[in-house]
This record gives sequence, structure tokens and C-alpha cells, in this order.
Amino acid sequence: MVNRILVGAHYGLKDWVIQRATAIVMAVYTVVFLVVVGAVGPDSFEAWRGIFANGFMRFATFLFFVSLFYHAWIGVRDIWMDYIKPDGLRLLMMIATAAVLVGYAGWAVQILWRI
Amino acid sequence: MSKLSIPVRKFDAVIVGAGGSGLRAAIQLSEAGLKTAVLSKVFPTRSHTVAAQGGVSASLGNSEEDHWHWHMYDTVKGSDWLGDQDAIEYMCRKAPEVVVELEHFGMPFDRTDEGKIYQRPFGGHMSNFGEKPVRRACAAADRTGHAMLHALYQRNVRANTQFFVEWMALDLIRDQSGQVLGVIALEMETGEVVAFHAKATVFATGGAGRIFYSSTNAFINTGDGLGMAARAGIALEDMEFWQFHPTGVAGAGVLITEGVRGEGGILRNSTNERFMERYAPNAKDLASRDVVSRAMVTEINEGRGCGPNKDFVLLDITHLDPATIMKRLPGIREISIQFAGIDPIKAPIPVVPTCHYQMGGVPTNYKGQVVGDDGTPVRGFYAAGEVACASVHGANRLGTNSLLDLLVFGKASGDTVIENVRSGEIGLKELPADFADRTMARLNRLNTQTGGANVNETRLELQRTMQKHCGVFRFNDMLIEGVAKILDIEKAVARTEIKDKSHVWNTARVEALELDNLIEVAKATMVSAEARKESRGAHVRDDAPDTPANPNGRDDVNWHKHTLWHRDGNRLGFKPVIMKPLSVETIALKTRSY
Amino acid sequence: MATSTMQFKIYRYDPDKDNAPYMQDASVEVDFAIDRKLLDVLTRLKAKDDTLSYRRSCREGICGSDAMNINGKNGLACLTEIKDLKQPVVLRPLPGLPVIRDLIVDMTQFFKQYHSIKPYLINEGPRPERERLQSPEEREELNGLYECILCACCSTSCPSFWWNPDKFVGPAGLLNAYRFIADTRDQATNERLDDLEDPYRLFRCHTIMNCVDVCPKGLNPTRAIGKIKEMMVRRAI
Repeated sequence: MVNRILVGAHYGLKDWVIQRATAIVMAVYTVVFLVVVGAVGPDSFEAWRGIFANGFMRFATFLFFVSLFYHAWIGVRDIWMDYIKPDGLRLLMMIATAAVLVGYAGWAVQILWRI
Repeated sequence: MSKLSIPVRKFDAVIVGAGGSGLRAAIQLSEAGLKTAVLSKVFPTRSHTVAAQGGVSASLGNSEEDHWHWHMYDTVKGSDWLGDQDAIEYMCRKAPEVVVELEHFGMPFDRTDEGKIYQRPFGGHMSNFGEKPVRRACAAADRTGHAMLHALYQRNVRANTQFFVEWMALDLIRDQSGQVLGVIALEMETGEVVAFHAKATVFATGGAGRIFYSSTNAFINTGDGLGMAARAGIALEDMEFWQFHPTGVAGAGVLITEGVRGEGGILRNSTNERFMERYAPNAKDLASRDVVSRAMVTEINEGRGCGPNKDFVLLDITHLDPATIMKRLPGIREISIQFAGIDPIKAPIPVVPTCHYQMGGVPTNYKGQVVGDDGTPVRGFYAAGEVACASVHGANRLGTNSLLDLLVFGKASGDTVIENVRSGEIGLKELPADFADRTMARLNRLNTQTGGANVNETRLELQRTMQKHCGVFRFNDMLIEGVAKILDIEKAVARTEIKDKSHVWNTARVEALELDNLIEVAKATMVSAEARKESRGAHVRDDAPDTPANPNGRDDVNWHKHTLWHRDGNRLGFKPVIMKPLSVETIALKTRSY
Repeated sequence: MATSTMQFKIYRYDPDKDNAPYMQDASVEVDFAIDRKLLDVLTRLKAKDDTLSYRRSCREGICGSDAMNINGKNGLACLTEIKDLKQPVVLRPLPGLPVIRDLIVDMTQFFKQYHSIKPYLINEGPRPERERLQSPEEREELNGLYECILCACCSTSCPSFWWNPDKFVGPAGLLNAYRFIADTRDQATNERLDDLEDPYRLFRCHTIMNCVDVCPKGLNPTRAIGKIKEMMVRRAI
């Protein structure tokens, strides 16, 4: 294959928007979380568990983690794009990153719904 | 067979210079599909057109009634009747067309409330044959040249013009018959010398304001085209006429546009008097540039200058609405803060007349063809812009007519080249065997010179000599002395020495080669100025004062003619001024007053 | 007298004779009554040593030739006030572009990116006899954009441009892209947005804002880039 500079992937806007949207989700969740923790004042494992047993909190926490992982995906991928120049290695790093983040997401589900 | 062979590249046309006129000519040629090379010492958008500020004139009549014939009258009068009236008519009639075209290319002109191109008053622009000031200068804030140069470059990007950036043309190639066959040029990045063999050669190399010590011009304005033409045996026309712009920042020389006065700026002396009312009761601060510059120098000479040394006057816009300044003159405010340390909203700007523009140049007709002494075209050779003398500016140029000149004659020269190439009138003639010898000898001399003259010091001496002996006011004895001094400096220029002999980006070599061109312009200027025993336009001498017989010192009986300086023997010839326009009646000789 | 000696450390490299670049100590007599700007002093340095190479032309900040890295920050020599400079003044070529010699860099990559955004008005409609109309308000949209002098101070101070000069358009190119997107006379807005919708071409901008910090003309490429993104979002929703 000829070695040409390839641009024109026609994506990026969606990621850029999602990065901002996920940031907002995380920020809102952080506020909600602090308010809830402040209100409940959990002092035991049972109290902590009670917070996350609540359907809304469970869902919000799940949303937070999904946002975090998607946000991280875009950010980490950008780092690989900037610094890892060989295409094959970059693809490998991206797959590894995606695998880890999907794994984390699964783990998060497992934890939240085990409660 | 030449001993020194250099690579040869072949083109239909080679344009030397990528400022306004070069780029405008390149658009014509590229869009017509001619194989064109555009050579430039600097990246095109760094050419000196970029520094033009105030506007480009065209009788669009967007704010009030205007007519190209009035524009023509103003230009002839501004030229002190030394301009050729055929070329002036051509330029003024073409003005609306080329300015509208420029707008279509994307030029970001300011706008009137109706959405048309904004126009402002300017020096010497009058309605109804000199009656009252008219708004004729089409402007993009006070960055008209910058906006224009970028728009022209952008259009060339669209047309896929082939640029040779950071190449310096060294010499013209002419054969026995006198036909021009291209140029020899130096690639600055590598130091390689290459011949550009072409059917047509267009000079758009700009002016040579750097012959003066105090100049609004860029470092690159060293008259390369004039030097090349002179060395190739082409006479230079009307070189005694240099415009001193009234408002250069005192000390720094940086230009402050006439548009400042167009927007209402006033010149004041140390007594806070608006002194232009005395010199030009009608046009006042918006009189022609030569008139204003002389008035300023007179004020300074008579002790009414400002500052500790009483050596400048003040340009006052503190009475203008700050919003107007921010909107119409933002670049001027920036320059004033940067180079005078003064915010013009709060305090007036110190200004002095500063060398700005060369009215003379390589003689051309209004089609952009370079012409010999008898007016017949030199085959294969064209010129446009400040390097050329069409002659539309005569003895004094009107503000904004320079940008117009670039557009009109850039385009005209391009069109003439296309016509001449397509008709087969000019073809790719064989290069003479020894075409590169003189250039290579000059380069070799420079590379091997020892114990020679320092380039920087020699150039400074040249510039100081021109400034002292050939300034706003000229004196017979100083001119005679000036000629001797310049001929002395020429001897030093012939044996300049550079310490840097390297190949890659050798700016010392470039500066030495530029000095070879500066000296030709300096000689042409000083010799022509010494010879012209009258006062006309920008050329004013002590021994040609204002008398009833010769108002303003102008002597139409003996001196209503163009000067032609020949390098060979510093010889002068003359040719008549073309008084017959293309379609209208001659604008007859008259005393000039504003 | 207002003369004094100024100390410099200057990046020197002549491929004809140097194996590697080096920093040269230099000093020069400066007359503060005449010399105000760094370019004035460079002229004096060059008069002493004609091998010192740099680009310069208009000396008033409009041609964009003499951009360089001055005490760690990109700027134009002709607009840099000498009395504000900490000594020794450290002069280096613009970062991130290949050095040809001394303070002269190869700007090919920079101009390639500028050319890639189609920097010309696209309007294929019939050409009117007179100017195309544009209201003063519409024209005002171009302020802060058309004034770019292509000096490359911004792009060469941008880490995203350093890492991907071949793929990221860079602040100067994007500012100019928006100059045409914002021009009511231009008809290629969609094509221009399509062309920029790319993870490298536009979205390498991480709003680091070095470009805004160094622009000698006081322009704001980051804001222009933000507006391009905003237009893309408006187009998508």
C-alpha cells in the first residue's frame, strides 16, 4: 500500500459532543452523590448498601460508570493517536483499551446488581 | 559554448514578483492555462503590497456621485501633468471593473449600510474636476493592502499557480535582437542558480524605497527589477520622482495611512495650528501628498516643529469618536502604540514625511509592455506595478492609485502576454550561448572578493546620501555633490565583500546582490534629479522657485517631458508626455493648486 | 547616553558546516534612542556577523516574516519591545518545524495545512455586474479572522500541531477555514464542514490555547475553532 497521509474519517464530532455530554453526566452525578451521602450519612456497610439498593441510585451510578468509561475511551484513544505512530501498534492499543473499559463496565454492572 | 552551464527550465511565462501586480497577472495567466512560473523573494503574502493601508480608488459612486473622468482629471492634476493621459484614462475607466472583480475574489471590503463597498475620502480625490472632496477610496478598514494581497494569493491557490518561493531573480536574459528570453534566478534555500527560459517575462518586482535612509518600505524593496532592467540596457523613466508620504511615524518610518486624514485627522504644528489651511485652503489636510509633505517640512524648517528637537509635526485624531477609530483605523492604532508608544485615541501621533513610493520605473505602455526609447515594445518583456512607469503617476501619485495600478496593469500585462503568446508573436527563442556569463561572473566576484567593502556600511552610506542630497526639497549644489558621491559609492559596491560564503539560505549574499540593484536606482535617481532644472510634483528644487512666469517653479516649455536614464554612461534621454487620452479630450496644462 | 550592551543566546545551524545545531553567545551595543524592537537589534547583530540568518521584511508586523521563539515564547521580532526582554535573550527558530538554517524554518507543512482548507472564496453562482452585497453586520463576522498574517506563531506553539503537523490543520489553518465559513458570500459551508469533520483535522484541538497567547495580531483561533464545532453541532441536531 502506498504510504500516504490519510485524513477524512468523517467522525469526531459525535465523540467531541459525547465527551462533553458524559462530562456533564459525571458532574451531575457527583453532586447527587454528595447530596445523598450527606443526607444519609452512612456509617456502616449496610447504610452504604442501602444507598445503592435504591433503583434510582443504582441506575445513576451505572450511568456514571458508562459515562466515565466512554469519556476515558475518547481521551485515551486521543493519546494513542498522538503518540503511537505505527498503525498496527496503535490499533492494538486501542483494542486493548476498549477491552479493558468494556471489562470495567461489566464489572461495574456485576457489583451494582449484586447488591 | 558557454563555460558555465546552469540548469534551464522552460515556461510560457515567468513573472518576477508576487505582490499585487504579480499575483494579478498570475491569475490571468494561470486561468488561461499558460505554463507560468511566479518567482518571489518572499512567500507571496509577505510582499510589500501587504503594508498598504488606506484603500484602492475606483469611481464606484457608492456613497455619492462619482465618475471615472473626474478620477482621471484628479490623477492628471496629481501627476502635475507628467502622467501619460492614455494610460491614465485606461486605468481610471478600468478601476470599477477590477475592484468589483477583486470583491468577487473574496476581498473583505468594509460595507455601507446598503451592503456596498465602503468608500472614504482621500488626498486629491475630488468630484466634478477638482471641486470638492469625494469618497472614492474603497477600503477594508486600514488593512486594504493586506486584505487585497491575501485575496489575490487565495485566488492563485484556486488557480493552481506554480510559485517559486524564496527565489531571487538576478538578471534578465536578452538576445542580440533585444528580445527578452527570461531570467536567471537564485534559489535562496539551496544557493542553486537556474535559468527560467520563457516566451514572456513579466516584471512585478515593486519599488526601491530602500535607497533612502528613512522609508516606509520593507527591507525587500530594493529595486531588483530596475537593477536587472538597467543592466540589460533598458532605460529607466522619470526616476527623479519619489513620493515622500506625509505621515510616517517619526523615528520609525512606519506608514500611517492618508485614510487617517480621510476619516477626519488633522495635521498640527507646535502652536497647535491646523497649518494645512494656509497651504491648501480648499483641500486642506487632504491635498496631494507632495503638497502636504512640503508644507510639513516648511513648518519644521521655520521652527514650528514639535518635540524636543522640533523635528516632527502631529497627526491629531483625538477629536474623532473612539468607536470610529476602532472600526475604521484599528491597524493605525496598533502601529501607533507599537512604534510611537502613543494611543491615538488619547494623544496625537508624531509624524514626518517619509520616502514611500517610486513614481518612475521601467517604461511601459498602458498594455503592460515594456517600451524602448521610441515607444516600441521590447519583445517578450512586460512590467506592472511600482517597478513600471506607464506612466500613470507622473510627478506625484495620488493615494490609493498604487493599489489600482497593481490591479489594472497586472491584469493588462497578463492579458497582453496571453494575446502575444497565443498569436505566436513571441515564442521560445534559443538562448544565446553566453547568457549566464555575466551573472555567474558577478556571483564569482562576490564569492572570491577579499579586502572589499562592507555591504551593510556601503548600503547605509548610499541611503544617507540619497536622504541628504535628494530629499523632499532639493538644492542644485547638493544634487551636483550627490551625483559625485553616488558614483563614488558605486565603486565600493563593485567590490563588496561578504564573510559568509555558504550555500544554504545565505542572506549576506542576497543583501549584497540587492545592493547591486540599489546602486542602479540611486544613480538613476540622482542623475535624473540633478538634470531636471524645474520643480514639478514631488521634485522641487531651490533654483526653480514659484514665479509668475513659472507657477510652482514648473517649466512646461523646457521640461514637460519624461526623463530616460541609461545606465551606459549615465546618459539621459527624453521623450514627450502623451497628452492624448484614448477617447476623451486632452486635459490641458494648468497651474496646480488645492 | 542611552547605549548599553545586550546579551543573547542564539540558535545557530548552518548545514554546510555544522554537524549539529548549537547555542551561540552573542552581545551587541544597543542604542535605546533608536532601537526599540528586537528586529532592530538583530539587524545590528547581523551587521557584526553576516552569517546570522533570519527572515524579515516589512518590520511593522504585517508581513509575518520574522516569527521566532523569543525567550521561550513565539512572536514577531519586529513587534517585540527590547526593553521588556530578560537577558540573555534566548532566540530559537519556531518550534515543531524542520530548521533549514539558524532562525529559518521550513514552513512547507504549515502552508500545506493552510492550502488544505481551500483558502479562497467559493461561489459558483453567476457573477453579478457589481459587488456582491454584504451587510456591515455580516462583514463584521470576518473581523478577527481576515487579519491573519500567516506568521505561524500560533501553529508552532500548539502541541497538537507538533505531534501531528501532517494531519492536524492547526490554529492558523482553522482560523482561516472559519474566515470562509463565516463569509456570507461563500457557498461551500457544508463542504468545508465535511472536510474538517475528522478526528485529526479539527478535533486534535484540545483548547490548550497557546495560539491565543502568542498571536502577534491579537487574534483568537480557539474561538474560531469553537465556532466551527458549534456549527457542526447545529448542523447535526
